[in-house]
This record gives sequence, structure tokens and C-alpha cells, in this order.
Amino acid sequence: MKKIRILIAKPGLDGHDRGAKVVARALRDAGMEVIYTGLHQTPEMIVEAAIQEDVDAVGLSILSGAHMTLFPKVLHLLKGRGAENILLIGGGIIPEEDAAKLKAMGIGRLFGPGTNTSEIVKYIESYFKKGRKL
Amino acid sequence: MNMKDEFGKWKEKTCRKPTRDEDFTTVSGQPVDILYLPASQDAYAERLGFPGEYPYTRGIHPNMYRGRLWTMRLFSGFGSAEDTNKRYHFLLERGQTGLSVAFDFPTLYGRDSDDPLSEGEVGVCGVTIDTLHDMETLFDGIPLDKISTSMTINGPAAILLALYIAVGEKQGVSSDQLTGTIQNDILKEYIAQKSWIFPPGPSMRIITDTLAFCKDHVPKWNTISISGYHIREAGSTAAQELAFTLADGFAYVEAGIEAGLDVDDFAPRLSFFFNAHIDLFEEAAKYRAARRIWARRMKEKYKAKKPESLVLRFHTQTAGCSLTAQQPENNIIRTTIEALAGVLGGTQSLHTNSMDEALALPTAKAAKIALRTQQIIGHESGVTNSIDPLGGSYYVEALTDELEKQAEEYFRRIDELGGMIEAIEEGFPQKEIADAAYKYQKTLEEKRKIVVGVNQFSDPDEKIEIPVLKIDPKIERHQRQKLEKNRKTRDSGRASACLEGVRKAAQGKENLLPRILDAVKAYCTEGEIVNAMREVFGEYREKPII
Repeated sequence: MKKIRILIAKPGLDGHDRGAKVVARALRDAGMEVIYTGLHQTPEMIVEAAIQEDVDAVGLSILSGAHMTLFPKVLHLLKGRGAENILLIGGGIIPEEDAAKLKAMGIGRLFGPGTNTSEIVKYIESYFKKGRKL
Repeated sequence: MNMKDEFGKWKEKTCRKPTRDEDFTTVSGQPVDILYLPASQDAYAERLGFPGEYPYTRGIHPNMYRGRLWTMRLFSGFGSAEDTNKRYHFLLERGQTGLSVAFDFPTLYGRDSDDPLSEGEVGVCGVTIDTLHDMETLFDGIPLDKISTSMTINGPAAILLALYIAVGEKQGVSSDQLTGTIQNDILKEYIAQKSWIFPPGPSMRIITDTLAFCKDHVPKWNTISISGYHIREAGSTAAQELAFTLADGFAYVEAGIEAGLDVDDFAPRLSFFFNAHIDLFEEAAKYRAARRIWARRMKEKYKAKKPESLVLRFHTQTAGCSLTAQQPENNIIRTTIEALAGVLGGTQSLHTNSMDEALALPTAKAAKIALRTQQIIGHESGVTNSIDPLGGSYYVEALTDELEKQAEEYFRRIDELGGMIEAIEEGFPQKEIADAAYKYQKTLEEKRKIVVGVNQFSDPDEKIEIPVLKIDPKIERHQRQKLEKNRKTRDSGRASACLEGVRKAAQGKENLLPRILDAVKAYCTEGEIVNAMREVFGEYREKPII
């Protein structure tokens, strides 16, 4: 089976990268091909990288509180580029109420503090196994 | 009787008994022995000494908390300057003794609220400051000659200091009366917190300009708060936090000496900022080791003569990364243990996290409980009655020695790489920290360490029952309007001339601070002043390391 390719990205000015790096490593250890953008990426840069790298999924890590601006923007740009088949997921400090709104827009699971990395691996693997259903 | 042999025999006998766990380690993964004995009583004067005396292991003041308690200083800032000013008054009225400003990301990165990169971030994780107008509002009704203020600001630290001086002038308080701290620790930004602007060379120059300016004009100001806090939050061990923080400190001292300053002219104004994680004894030992290492290095290597140059003064913040989003009320207890570690370790000031900080910025109620936690420790618990109460504990002394040894080993490796700036440019501390963070995550997932409510004792049907602070999205629009008005109403000729002055100073060798002060007083925005410097200095880019 082809390996799952995923882009882990840090959008906006948020510098908290501990979670993004731990998740990136865990996904790589689980056999995925992981590309990490590094810090301070605009939504445009992230979408460009996702398309250039031909990834299956994008994971955004946001702990700055700007999630209600950044997630919809990345989603919108992906659609604009005809890349809506790319799974958009994320993690960080995201209140449940906001997470529900983002989910309704078509964003996949959002993983909060205390999540086991194996849970993230399982979610991504099963998403692609069962034919891309959230 | 040979103690060592007897101990060996006792241990062999005891260790055959079943234990709860296979191995016992600190939260940093440091092995912990079942029992500790005194290393030797002979070395007391050399290794410990009396409080207020070299090497200051037991504390920097002869009477410590019998003289006065630490400064209770809650890091806070959110939304607009008006919102945060209200919170400051709320905390001061409830017995807080100093202020600590949390800025939003645009301010930390030297970007105005109408910068495209600021979208969605204005006032969200701290207070937003664009101009002197905002700064005046932030400190409205707060007498700057009476209250000390700490500002967590790094890349644009010189600008925020200038804004503070300008507010003081408006209140009739001259700069030599101001007390407080700017974090101004750019090296740990590259390592851990990641809110940098300029590359290391120009950043170090701005810092030495600040050291020189404050020596003459703001003599009571703490010019750099050399910070381990963010290094620990990024996932380091206690030993790494200790080692990388002190190594950053050595780099600043060397930069000051190289810039032609006398070490005793600026070292007394350097202060430190450490994390207080959940492992009480390891943390207390870390502060003790830090004081000893710093005093020795300052005396022996940098030839400092004033006692004030030798003492390591520090602020402590309880560990944000130890808080859980699950069962958040439990965080009150975690914070209490961590605050206790800071106090037992002899901290000079303390921030206690609020229980809701794994969910959002704290509500007023949650912040009040965090302040009360310090007051209970300070006024009720009695732990302040005697100095360094853990001193002489076989375990704590052994941990202190061990952490010192591990830090020294890191100093050796950093020296091999050519110094701390070179080590950072190579990504050495960043890689060490990322490795430690991943290792710790694995120990949690394999349940080799337990976090209550997260990997054990969880409530599957839990509903969060505490209120969570929300930031009004209208603040961003409002702040942009304020900026537009400022650009229209100020003397634009004067503003452009001041920005040109900053640019010229950046190109040459003139101290930047007086130029920055002129610019803030002419109501130049933070972003404009940073841009003037960025044109000359360029911008730092990190090579991402996983």
C-alpha cells in the first residue's frame, strides 16, 4: 500500500511547536511520510506546500487562539485550488464549541491536549482505509 | 562502621522487596535512589555556605522571606489595553504586589494590528499594543513609581521599554525611578519560545545597547530576564533547562564584556526566570544548583567583584505544560505543589497558573484562586519561617549536585560547538529538547508516568464545568481603527524624521535606545519602528527540526 503523506503545519504567528513536532515524529514512526513546514506560515504558503508535496492530509497546529480564522482560510484555499480531497485536521487549544463549528465546515478531527499520538495515527489510517469519510 | 558498606547491605536486603514500579525516576527521567545519605559534611562552606553568602546555594538574602515575601506577580494580558487595565486593578486590589504583562502575538513579533500576518491574532493570547496611546491606557491609574512591572517581550523589548519610560514621563515619574523587567532574552527565543524578529548578531547588539542605556538612565531596571521557562515548556528536562538557561546567561555576559562594558556595571541587573514543574524536590534542587553555578562562574571566569553580580535572582512560573484540559480543577493542586517548589527553592517572584489555562486565558475567578494559592503558602503554611528548609536533605543535596554535574557536561558540549550562539545556530539545544519532549510523550503513552485524569483516573463522560474566557473578535477591528486615527492625528513630519533616526542608528554604531524613545513619543507604531530596523538588520529564519 502507498504510504500516507501528511503535511504538519504551523500557521500564523504562534511559536508553540512542541506538539507539532511530537505529532510529526509519531506519525513518521507509524510509517507515514511527514513534511513539517516550520513556523510562521501563511494559509497560502501551507496550501501551496500541500499541493506541491502532493499530500493526502494536512495537520494544522494552533495554540494561539486564531483557529477560527486560520482553519476556514486553509480549507477555503484548498477548495479554491481543487484540492478538497486533502484531509484537513488539526490540534491545539481549541474550545469544544469552536471545534463543533469547524467540524460542520468540513474539517476533520481536532485533537486537544492530552491526546495519545496513537489515537491520531489510528484516525488518519482508518480515514484512508474506509475511503475518506470523516 | 563503614557507612557505604552498611548502606550497600541494607539496600540489597530492601531492594528484594516488591515495588509499585520497576523504576523510579523524576519527571525529567532522572533515576531516584531509594535513600540518600550525606555526601560529606566537610564541604559545607564551599558547596552551600550561609544564605546571602557565596556561593549562595541556600539563598541570596541573609534573612530571605523573614525580611519580605516574594513578589506575587500574575502574568496577565488579553484583549484591548482597556480590558487588561481592568484586570490589573482587579489583581492589585486583591493583594497582588507587582504586574506582569502578557502581550498578544502581533506585539511579540513587532507587527501592528493591521499587518496581514496579525489577522485573527489581535488581543487573542495577550494584550495588544500598537502605540503609546495603548500603553497609556494599559497603565492608567497605576503609579509606576510604586508598582514594578515585568514585560514578557523579546524581539521588540527595547521598544516596549521605551513605551514604559514614556508613560512614566507622562505620570511625572523619571526613568531612574522605574522598577521592573523586560524579558529581552533573544537566545531562548531561537531555542524555544520562537518569537524572534532579527538574526542573532543584530539582536545581541540591541541587547548590549539596552544594557548600556539602562546603566545610565534606568538603573533599577532588570535588563534581561534569562529564561528557562520556555525551554522547559518546549519539553526539556530540568537539567537541560538549567544548562541552556545559564549558557544563555554566559553568552550575554560575554557580549556585554565584548561591547566594552565592565561586568560589574551590568551583571547586577541580569535576572532569571525558571519553570516550576511538578517534581517538587528536583525543582527546588534546580534553583539551588543554578545559584551555585552562576556565582562561581561570575566570580571565577568573568572576574565579577560586586556581590550583586554574583547572585542569581529569579522569577518562577508554575508549569503550564503540566496543566490538563481534563478535570481542570485538579490544576489548582498541581499549581500549589509547583508554587511550593519555587518558594522552597528561594524564588524572588512568582506567577501561579490558573486552573483553566489548558483551555483558554484565565477568567478573573481562576486568576484570583491562583493568587490566593500564593498567599496561603506565604501567610499560612509556615514554609517561609526558616531559610532553605530542604537544605541538608540527603536527597535534595544529591539532586542539587547531580543537576550541577549534568549542566556542566552540557557547558562542555556547548563550548565544543564554539559557544551558545553557534550551538543554537546548529540547532543543538533545539534537538536535545525535541528529543526529550518526544521521550516524555512516549513515557506517558506507555503509562510509565501517570498524569491524573489523562492517562489514568479519567472520567470518560466528563463535561467541563468551569467558565472559559472569550475574546471579543471586534477588538481587532477596533484596534485597526485606532491605528488609522493615530496615523491621521499625529505630526507626520516628526514621526517620519524619528523613524529615519532609528534607521540611521541601526546602520551605524550609535545606541538605538534614545532614537527608539523619540519615535515612540512621536506616536510611531511598534510595527513602524521594527520595520525601520528590519530594513537594516534583516529577519531571522529557522531551519525546522523535528
